[in-house]
Amino acid sequence: MSIEVRNIVKKFGDFAALDHVDLTVPHGELMALLGPSGSGKTTLLRIIAGLDWPDSGEVAFDGENALSRAPGERSVGFVFQHYALFRHMTVFENVAFGLRVQPRSVRKDEATIRARVKELLDLVQLDWLSSRYPSQLSGGQRQRIALARALAIEPRVLLLDEPFGALDAKVRKELRTWLRSLHEEINVTSIFVTHDQEEALEVANSVVVMDKGRIEQIGTPTDVYDNPQTAFVHGFIGESIVLPVEVDDGRVRLGDTPLNIAAERGNMGPSKLFVRRHDMQISPPGWGGLEGTVRRVRTFGPIQRADIAVSGNRGETIIEIDVPRDRELRDGEVVGLQPRRYRIFADPA
Amino acid sequence: MKGGSGRRRTLPGFGLTMGLTLTWLSIIILLPLAGLFLKSFELSLAQFVDIVTSRRTLNALKISFGLAFLAALVNLVMGGIIVWALVRYRFPGRRIFDAIVDVPFALPTAVAGIALTTLFAQNGWLGAPLAELGIKVSFTPLGIFVAMVFIGIPFVVRTVQPVLIDLDPEIEEAAASLGANRWQTVSRVILPSLLPALLTGFALAFARAVGEYGSVIFIAGNLPNVSEIAPLLIVIRLSEFRYADATAIAVVMLLVAFLVIFAVNRMQRWAQLRVPAH
Ligand SMILES: Nc1ncnc2c1ncn2[C@@H]1O[C@H](COP(=O)(O)OP(=O)(O)OP(=O)(O)O)[C@@H](O)[C@H]1O
Ligand SMILES: [Mg+2]
Repeated sequence: MSIEVRNIVKKFGDFAALDHVDLTVPHGELMALLGPSGSGKTTLLRIIAGLDWPDSGEVAFDGENALSRAPGERSVGFVFQHYALFRHMTVFENVAFGLRVQPRSVRKDEATIRARVKELLDLVQLDWLSSRYPSQLSGGQRQRIALARALAIEPRVLLLDEPFGALDAKVRKELRTWLRSLHEEINVTSIFVTHDQEEALEVANSVVVMDKGRIEQIGTPTDVYDNPQTAFVHGFIGESIVLPVEVDDGRVRLGDTPLNIAAERGNMGPSKLFVRRHDMQISPPGWGGLEGTVRRVRTFGPIQRADIAVSGNRGETIIEIDVPRDRELRDGEVVGLQPRRYRIFADPA
Repeated sequence: MKGGSGRRRTLPGFGLTMGLTLTWLSIIILLPLAGLFLKSFELSLAQFVDIVTSRRTLNALKISFGLAFLAALVNLVMGGIIVWALVRYRFPGRRIFDAIVDVPFALPTAVAGIALTTLFAQNGWLGAPLAELGIKVSFTPLGIFVAMVFIGIPFVVRTVQPVLIDLDPEIEEAAASLGANRWQTVSRVILPSLLPALLTGFALAFARAVGEYGSVIFIAGNLPNVSEIAPLLIVIRLSEFRYADATAIAVVMLLVAFLVIFAVNRMQRWAQLRVPAH
């Protein structure tokens, strides 16, 4: 089922948690919702699930208005960040819940319910835990039970709010791969919220980046990483070196030093130059352009990371760059810096 | 429950606190109870049976325990509803209502008894209209029941309130998004989560109602066999210097109360097992 979100506004008092959000999720997509804390990710999911209502705007499933439907009628499986399992029910009963509360006319008989629950527990590979209570499970196991419970109602949309947020790095990685293959298996339209960009870029077909209640960019993981549309996205996705620059007439200056790089457009005034750390190359000094003083050098395995002080008219900026081990750097050495790829965004602030 | 034997504990002081607890409970609770039992041994078994199976005693016990049980049931239901409203809804005067719940705790029982008697007297604010309907409250068993409901209500409200406040609203949202209707969410998710607290509240309200003396004797009318509660009968026997009789009734009350508390405790254990604390 496809999801269309049109022009959603959601306010808490005067504060707009969602500020004119538009989003289309095609059928079968596995979409990641990324953004800093408080950017409105949970609020958006809750509105799609029917746990919250927008002040204005529309939500449609397959073109049909969803806002008029109660949460239970939307066929949405929701996995809460803190699992929200029913503590007084066994794992089995938790998963069976959605089947047991169906209206009598469509409710399956006990044997069918049991078979279905068993199937789901097999799917999440936790069949052996079926008679335990949630408090007797590990975090990762609870998470998978919450997922099995959401899948029991055969949802046409699956929403996961930071599904792996509370887990340690290793378990996250496992569950991440597992979610990916699960999605391939059942192919239900899914949106998952995450703070972890690596997770988003690795698992999802498409990535949505949110900030301050607005969508900044929607695209494939590669697209979002390689072609950030806004300064926010460039800074948020991947690690970037950011330098305050001045652009006029297509020329870029750092303080008083003109840089031998070109701005895409004419007159932008105060701007920010974004370069990925691995895109910044060391060159011999004195050739014009960017120069800096080496402050501190560290090595981690194959790479060498250097803090380099670059001075501009807004004072000195320390940037971190990665340099191959074979290029020897000394503290205090002056080096030239040449960005291989870069982006410039106006920064009126 | 093996004490501090060998196993290391994170919290020190097991021996000290355990010893203090046992000593204290023995002095404060067990010793007086033991005294009570010893006193009752002054009676032969036949005498004892005679006393406790006399019509007046049996009726008094029936009235005390029966009405206390009914009152606790009513408090369980009404207390549950009151807690729900106080915790889940924001309405004008909520804080005042919340404070009012404690009044039966704070009021001296005699004051409560007088207030209730006046209120439900034939010419009282509530008594008069009820009398028109042919319902007499003051000086009847119904009056005892009313007093017991009055003093028991805070026990249910105050035990369930913190548990309901702590209940994660996401649990209800999860139920709703899985297709449960309002009623299913309440009966299958919320009530079972509150069950241990509700049972505790019930047990406390019941225990308090069984033991209540002050407010009840004002409103009860205290007719033997009709509206005479067991604690009053004990006092009467004491005032007649029939100490052994008083003790025998007291022992029976003690045993029944103990049985009830024990049963409720078992139910709580069972319910708690199903809702293990996090
Ligand atoms: N019930 C509420 N009442 C008032 N403000 C709220 C409420 N729910 C959310 N907000 C506010 O709306 C904004 C967006 O909240 P939301 O929970 O959607 O953020 P999020 O992107 O999920 O953040 P996180 O990554 O920390 O979970 C936040 O600033 C939050 O304070
Ligand atoms: Mg959130």
